[in-house]
Amino acid sequence: MRLTRTILPCVAVLLVFVAVACGEDRADVRIGSKSFTESVILGEIATHLVRDTGLSVEHRREIVGTRILWQALLAGQLDAYPEYTGTLIQEILAGQSIENDDALSEALAEVGIVMVGPLGFNNTYAMGMLKDNARRLNVMSVSDLRKHPDLSFGFSNEFMARGDGWPGLSKTYGLTPANVRGLNHDLAYRSIVDGTLDVIDIYTTDAEIEEYGLAMLEDDLHYFPRYDAVFLVRDDIEPTALNALRKLSGSISQSRMVAMNARVKLHGEPETVVGAEFVTEELGVETEIEVLTLGQRLMHTTLDHLTLVGISLGAAILIAIPLGVVSAMKPGPGQVIIGACGIVQTIPSLALLVILMKPVRWAGADGFAAPAIVALFLYSLLPIVRNTATGITNVSATLRESATALGLGAGARMKLVELPLASPMILAGIKTSAVINVGFATLGALIGAGGYGQPIMTGIRLDDYRLILEGAVPAALLALMVQGLFELAERLLVPRGLRIRVAH
Amino acid sequence: MRLTMRPAGRNQVVSTFPRRSVVLSFMTNRDQPVFSLKGVTKSFGGHIAINDISLSIGDGETVVLIGPSGCGKSTLLRSFNGLILPDCGVVRFDGEIVSAETSESMRRRMGYVIQDGGLFPHLTAYENVALMARHCGRGANEIRDRVGALSELTRLEVGTLDRYPVEMSGGQRQRVSLMRALMLDPEVLLLDEPLGSLDPLIRADLQSDLKRIFDSLKKTLVLVTHDMSEAVFFADRIVLMREGRIVQADEPINLLRRPAEPFVTKFVQAQRQAVDVMRGLEA
Repeated sequence: MRLTRTILPCVAVLLVFVAVACGEDRADVRIGSKSFTESVILGEIATHLVRDTGLSVEHRREIVGTRILWQALLAGQLDAYPEYTGTLIQEILAGQSIENDDALSEALAEVGIVMVGPLGFNNTYAMGMLKDNARRLNVMSVSDLRKHPDLSFGFSNEFMARGDGWPGLSKTYGLTPANVRGLNHDLAYRSIVDGTLDVIDIYTTDAEIEEYGLAMLEDDLHYFPRYDAVFLVRDDIEPTALNALRKLSGSISQSRMVAMNARVKLHGEPETVVGAEFVTEELGVETEIEVLTLGQRLMHTTLDHLTLVGISLGAAILIAIPLGVVSAMKPGPGQVIIGACGIVQTIPSLALLVILMKPVRWAGADGFAAPAIVALFLYSLLPIVRNTATGITNVSATLRESATALGLGAGARMKLVELPLASPMILAGIKTSAVINVGFATLGALIGAGGYGQPIMTGIRLDDYRLILEGAVPAALLALMVQGLFELAERLLVPRGLRIRVAH
Repeated sequence: MRLTMRPAGRNQVVSTFPRRSVVLSFMTNRDQPVFSLKGVTKSFGGHIAINDISLSIGDGETVVLIGPSGCGKSTLLRSFNGLILPDCGVVRFDGEIVSAETSESMRRRMGYVIQDGGLFPHLTAYENVALMARHCGRGANEIRDRVGALSELTRLEVGTLDRYPVEMSGGQRQRVSLMRALMLDPEVLLLDEPLGSLDPLIRADLQSDLKRIFDSLKKTLVLVTHDMSEAVFFADRIVLMREGRIVQADEPINLLRRPAEPFVTKFVQAQRQAVDVMRGLEA
């Protein structure tokens, strides 16, 4: 009784707090970007341009996965994001066999998307070798590689798998090297410098090409499609915003993009600064750069993180305790419930996030946070359900019978005796869920839900330990705080008679 | 003490002294005993715990169920308030069959005390005692008065009411448990080895207190014990059981004078031996 009396108001307060957090005014224009530096820079450039028109803009950075961005754009959760023609033709609209950019524009217009651009640079795949090495072996083009089957090839995992990657390339050029392996793209650069690898796949605007002195081999059979950068914009965006974005058409040269990538990736300048400089220099648009202080950044990420944890955990507590009660009272359905909660735990987190995006949108929930919240909610169920069920089942037969003998019915027995006696166990379950939840919530950043995962992802992308710590340390502290909070709650919620230990 | 939900006539009969003889005559006069069991059988996983038990218990009577461990005395007691429902045969309480449907409301008319008290560890003594009355929507003042009267009756030490079960002695727990059982002023008290887990001195103390309380309450009592002297101390009638059956149900003295079979004598003698041995030493 005490448990329900105290927990319910807590959850109510939590939900109100969360509702306030969610009710923040939505920006006029939402721009997305993919989880690599170039895309984030383009996102910042667009943000500056649109903000200059007086509209409010929100930049959802570093969303993992082309599909997720595309779906968000179609669903109206994003108004614009940078994309590449090759990706559109080969991947997103692969079923429509599109021949050229005009046909692409038409196909996009059919789904309500305006294609702005090409922006001016082509970020396609290329084969890269160290310049000295290429000169020594006299390799100028991809065809020349046929003469050197003994070279070591290393490709990014995605390139190894994609139909328009290595499988097609080796077939087109008849390449049969003895030594091919898949590895992380950033690692590939290190391996080619230290000589472990001879040939790697590169993106033609990678900052590292210049830095490490790589030669791009000529694609003499024109195997690689063009990956011209464009902006995809919803046709229902504010017209002034669309006009502002149109200025980007043909404005970014290959060398300019490489240079901007290098400044962020190699010299650690913020994307927003690099983007603002470009907008001022090339397009004559004055911008105000808002570089957030560490404190401001922490406030943002903390608020995002608390929103994710608060709603998901609050809902999980409200749902899981009754489920646990049912599981304890009816062993048959109980096994099904606990089994189902267990199966949810085995779904990899990114997979669950992606699986949830469609139904969550379909249910009309807005915001990138919703799928993350639902996923966290699902992950939080098992410890609470299981502990509630175990706590109730563990109530001694003697006490259960005492309650029965008093003339209490099953419901009253549950409320007055079994639940209070199970309360330490239930709280322990909630505590476990809360701590796991705080950790898992960092993954929300993968789909643009923000939180402490955001600086961690940026840090990984830019190889910047300070940024990684900016997310990891507060996440760890929050987990500790939550733990402490629940230990405090235990004093308030668990009846004193169950806490005191008497020396006998 | 108020005895509610009872035809007026019964109380007067019970309060007459000596009780033993009254009860016997009462049994023959009344058409409806408080408990009546007919052919009650219950088995657990192939083992027969009680076998074809028929028994009547009259209003105001104190009946002690006794027998060696595993004889089925506790099972029999638990069939009275429906904690156990018989496989065959019927248990009637106040003329009505005890079943899954009827037992819940009947239990509020039967107090039940078990060996360790069965107090809820998350509630103080007061909360334990008041739990059921609160659940039934009794007023706070009424509850406070009733708890006060009961702690006087059971001679509970001042201050114990605010303690949690872990903070009480075994004797205090049993007193509180008895208060809880009496809270709704039941017609019947069922006690399953209420003194079983207490050490001998406290046990003797509480025994005489219980006797005094029972005498003042004049309720129908069914008490389970394995201690013959305790049985004699309380009982109007002793029901001696063995292997799920009643061997003899009789006034205590008749177990000695007119044993139904040699086992009765053996059982009674076995528990007298300690005292006899000591007397022998003295002589």
